[in-house]
Amino acid sequence: MSLNVEHHEPRVLPSEKPIRLLDNAGHALRGRETGGFELPPVERLLDLYRRMVVARRFDVQVTALTKQGRLATYPSAYGQEACEIGVVSAITADDWLFPTYRDSIALLTRGLEPGEILQSFRGDWHNGWDQHEHRTAAMATPLATQALHAVGLAHAARLRSDPIVTLAYLGDGATSEGDAHEAFNFAAVWQTPTVFLVQNNQFAISTPIARQTHATTLADKAVGYGMPGYHVDGNDVAAMFAVATAAVDRARSGGGPTLIEGLTYRIESHTNSDDPTRYRAARDVEHWKRRDPIERLEKYLVSEGALTDDVRTAIAEAGEALAARTRDAMSVSPELDPLELFDHVYATPRTALAEQRAALEAELAAHSEHAREEVAAR
Amino acid sequence: MSTPVTEPATDAAASAPQPLTMAGALNAALRDAMAEDDRVVVYGEDVGPLGGVFRVTDGLQAAFGEDRVWDSPLAESGIVGTAVGMAMYGLRPVVEMQFDAFSYPAFEQIVSHVAKMRNRTKGRVSLPMVIRIPCAGAIGGVEHHSDSSEAYWAATPGLTVVMPSNPADAYSMLREAIDSDDPVVFMEPKSRYWSKAELALPVRTAPMNRAEVVREGTDVTLIGYGPTVRTALDAAAAAESEGLSIEVVDLRSLSPFDDETVGASLRKTSRAAVIHEAAQFGGYGAEVAARLTERNFFHLAAPILRITGYDIPYPSPKLEEHYLPTPDRVLEALASWEWDLA
Ligand SMILES: Cc1ncc(C[n+]2csc(CCOP(=O)(O)OP(=O)(O)O)c2C)c(N)n1
Ligand SMILES: [Mg+2]
Repeated sequence: MSLNVEHHEPRVLPSEKPIRLLDNAGHALRGRETGGFELPPVERLLDLYRRMVVARRFDVQVTALTKQGRLATYPSAYGQEACEIGVVSAITADDWLFPTYRDSIALLTRGLEPGEILQSFRGDWHNGWDQHEHRTAAMATPLATQALHAVGLAHAARLRSDPIVTLAYLGDGATSEGDAHEAFNFAAVWQTPTVFLVQNNQFAISTPIARQTHATTLADKAVGYGMPGYHVDGNDVAAMFAVATAAVDRARSGGGPTLIEGLTYRIESHTNSDDPTRYRAARDVEHWKRRDPIERLEKYLVSEGALTDDVRTAIAEAGEALAARTRDAMSVSPELDPLELFDHVYATPRTALAEQRAALEAELAAHSEHAREEVAAR
Repeated sequence: MSTPVTEPATDAAASAPQPLTMAGALNAALRDAMAEDDRVVVYGEDVGPLGGVFRVTDGLQAAFGEDRVWDSPLAESGIVGTAVGMAMYGLRPVVEMQFDAFSYPAFEQIVSHVAKMRNRTKGRVSLPMVIRIPCAGAIGGVEHHSDSSEAYWAATPGLTVVMPSNPADAYSMLREAIDSDDPVVFMEPKSRYWSKAELALPVRTAPMNRAEVVREGTDVTLIGYGPTVRTALDAAAAAESEGLSIEVVDLRSLSPFDDETVGASLRKTSRAAVIHEAAQFGGYGAEVAARLTERNFFHLAAPILRITGYDIPYPSPKLEEHYLPTPDRVLEALASWEWDLA
């Protein structure tokens, strides 16, 4: 018997031209370019627009707070809103998201508060939310490692007959890691209900996508694993949402994993400590700024008469309210208890750790005693 | 191979002393090694136009071309695994892991191949390669940016593991590592990257397999490496006013361990403590204490102490100050000895 010959569909290479439902001028497209996907209804697009605008307001606010020194670091997703928001909007509250450090704005859609999302970037603790409550894993920094977790969790859910889908976000650079290969392969072999979103923002820190892959598109890789792959205009939220929705539906109905590549661009530096002038031209950034995902959808919504002044005002107010909540959350420095460092290392308590904890406690007590004496002496 | 665009620096013509950071000294070492030997190639993540996230490879691609310095795909196992092949073919690759914690995907290549090649081939194949790893914490880094991985490497037979603590050693030891026919894990303490010294290049310090007494004292030997040499020196300076004379040894090499230099210091002072950022349990300090005790038991006036990070994952930036061994914590620990037994 030959190998997997019954899998016809996944053998089709993704189109080289990204799937697109709205062009950059906000015109609805027809024909080949759409890849057979349909433009979501206006109400849905309006909702995506609202989420993107609010997300950007948040992102800009956090970048500003980081420049003011309120956060240790912040990897911005400015310009990637169509990928970040469009895809996560295709899953339900019961499904699971496995994000990276880049994906703060996607977390806004998971019911997380700014203070929770940013806790690790402020430097308080490595992860700031209850993963089970929000069905959202901690952000992964070791690249591509989270993709395997998404596959494992999806498989476990299937073994338990829970009809959920897992969604793993990855960057273009991360696809070069061995773990990305292993995750794609495990997902395809086990046919897990997993959707992989590769946000191809064309850079891994300074390294351009051309040094990362020799494939025509990153979506091409899916074919080799025996799963469908889609190369999508990552600045077209209509297309990102439509393709993601189809992938999520397929996964939920037992059709296995999908790899979606959103072709987009990282407008900001990698993080606040990066210097992009060393490796890319300002005019490239300008070029991509003119392909802004929010402006594109806005043009369409205006042409459809869906963006009334009232709606705009309401969205702007929601953005400002979130920005204010973000500032508030970042302007307080919560009291951190250093002794908590010892509390969450093992499920089974250890004597040696208790000793170390006691040593630190004594040290802290001696310090505050010393400080009290100094004050008294003055 | 492309021809170097810069004039090779000759060892004979020492430059006038100039202020150099450790990152700058490492950069100069790479530059001089590349100019001297066209088998030396440098690659890794973001080492090209960006010059590395710590700028250690700054300007090297412009100087030597893309056949000598290049950005690889983002995969640490791939970086080290291909370096094995290059070294087998006679090149001398110097590869960069971006941070300690991001070297772990390369663990298999390093432990199963880099470390074992000479032995399994009865010496017929040696791997003259250098794996540079920015290491340790105290830079306010978020999760996974402050690990201390030295014990993993030092516990692996076949690897040479070194860690400079200052710019002069950084230059000299990296030159020596590149010249070595053994694979070297070259660890660079991030918190010292911006420390400065006046250096006339090319500077040569003690051989990289030797520890060095960097401050003389008579009562205690503090043993540090990388970032904790500074900690030990600060503790020694503070102790002086209290009448305690501390000798500080900078290990420089973790594998091999310089029994002679460290043992001699211990026999002089009869007390020693080893300081590192990594967790204590199974950490490098355990090896230091064990072998010093085995060889010098009858010279010891007190047990050898380990002053280290706690046995917990490295904390987030706002809590790292409580984790790191500080000069105060060092002096507190020394006070725990029963001094009148000396
Ligand atoms: C295993 C591993 N190696 C290296 C790094 C350091 N690092 C952090 S982000 C990054 C670039 C990742 O690029 P990409 O996957 O395209 O995601 P983007 O940052 O563009 O969203 C690198 C090299 C890491 N986090 N993990
Ligand atoms: Mg990227």
